Amino acid sequence: MTRSHRDESPDRLHVITGGRSSGADGALDAVTLVVAESAPAPGMQSEHAAILRLCRSPTAVVEVAAHLGLPVTVVRILLTDLIDTGQVTARHPVSAPSRTHPFASPDVLEKVLVALHNL
Amino acid sequence: MHSTTSEPVPESVGLPQTAAHALKIAVVGGFGVGKTTLVRSVSEIRPLNTEETMTRAGGGVDDLSGVEDKHSTTVAFDFGRITLDPTSVLYLFGAPGQKRFWFLWDRLFSGALGAVVLVDTRRIEDSWYAIDRLEQQGTPFIVAHNDFGGEAYSLEDLREALDLDPAVPLVRCDARERASAKQVLIALAEHVRSLAASRTPAQESAT
Repeated sequence: MTRSHRDESPDRLHVITGGRSSGADGALDAVTLVVAESAPAPGMQSEHAAILRLCRSPTAVVEVAAHLGLPVTVVRILLTDLIDTGQVTARHPVSAPSRTHPFASPDVLEKVLVALHNL
Repeated sequence: MHSTTSEPVPESVGLPQTAAHALKIAVVGGFGVGKTTLVRSVSEIRPLNTEETMTRAGGGVDDLSGVEDKHSTTVAFDFGRITLDPTSVLYLFGAPGQKRFWFLWDRLFSGALGAVVLVDTRRIEDSWYAIDRLEQQGTPFIVAHNDFGGEAYSLEDLREALDLDPAVPLVRCDARERASAKQVLIALAEHVRSLAASRTPAQESAT
């Protein structure tokens, strides 16, 4: 149905990520919104260029993964490259619930309810 | 350079430039229970599909080098989204709830507003593990029975079969119907709101 890396060899994913692990990607949540700060440049790795085109408007990390047909894990690494070079900025979820504060704030819940009722 | 499929290009349904806050709700359940159907019913975009992959040994570190030598697990999931207002967007994730996938969901769903466990009465046992895990995590959730029109099951019977805490809302829905799917999400948001309101700071520090 959609493009998938499932049949691709690990070698290709290895090449895309330059063989790196994603140990430093903890800051990028699945729904962190990423925005391109510059246009693709000639000679850029094609996946990086594709991300910059896709993220002209804010786009969640999982959406980038779906549109590129790559696993979220790989996309986190590619996005980290672009963030490190200032070509992409990340808008992190601000009030995400956590173990110590498991519930979203009343303001957020109210906003969600209003929007759902208006669907 | 665009995809050659006939589907709408992603750029045409991009978020507003002002979008800054993303929220998430997880819809979990067994295969074929209607997770994607529910997401599709309320999503403003055609549900998208992607994959998460992780090596079990890594403990959160995904080392792709030498991946052929490791036991990496890949799991596909669907998601849709609802733009709430010019600054906020809600993502809905449909994910298989079986035990072997939860180490992935722990990361993917951390920070979720809440979860919907979608239940099919023909395979109730598929939901048990998801319910246990969400209870352990302290993630607020409700249970929705996607009614396929099979044998009549009262919600009381179903609650008993699921051994569900009386405080957890149990609703019936038709995941194909937008109005019905919307009511499920409203029930979850209202449940989270009442939980948040009833929990005093003193109770919070005691847990």
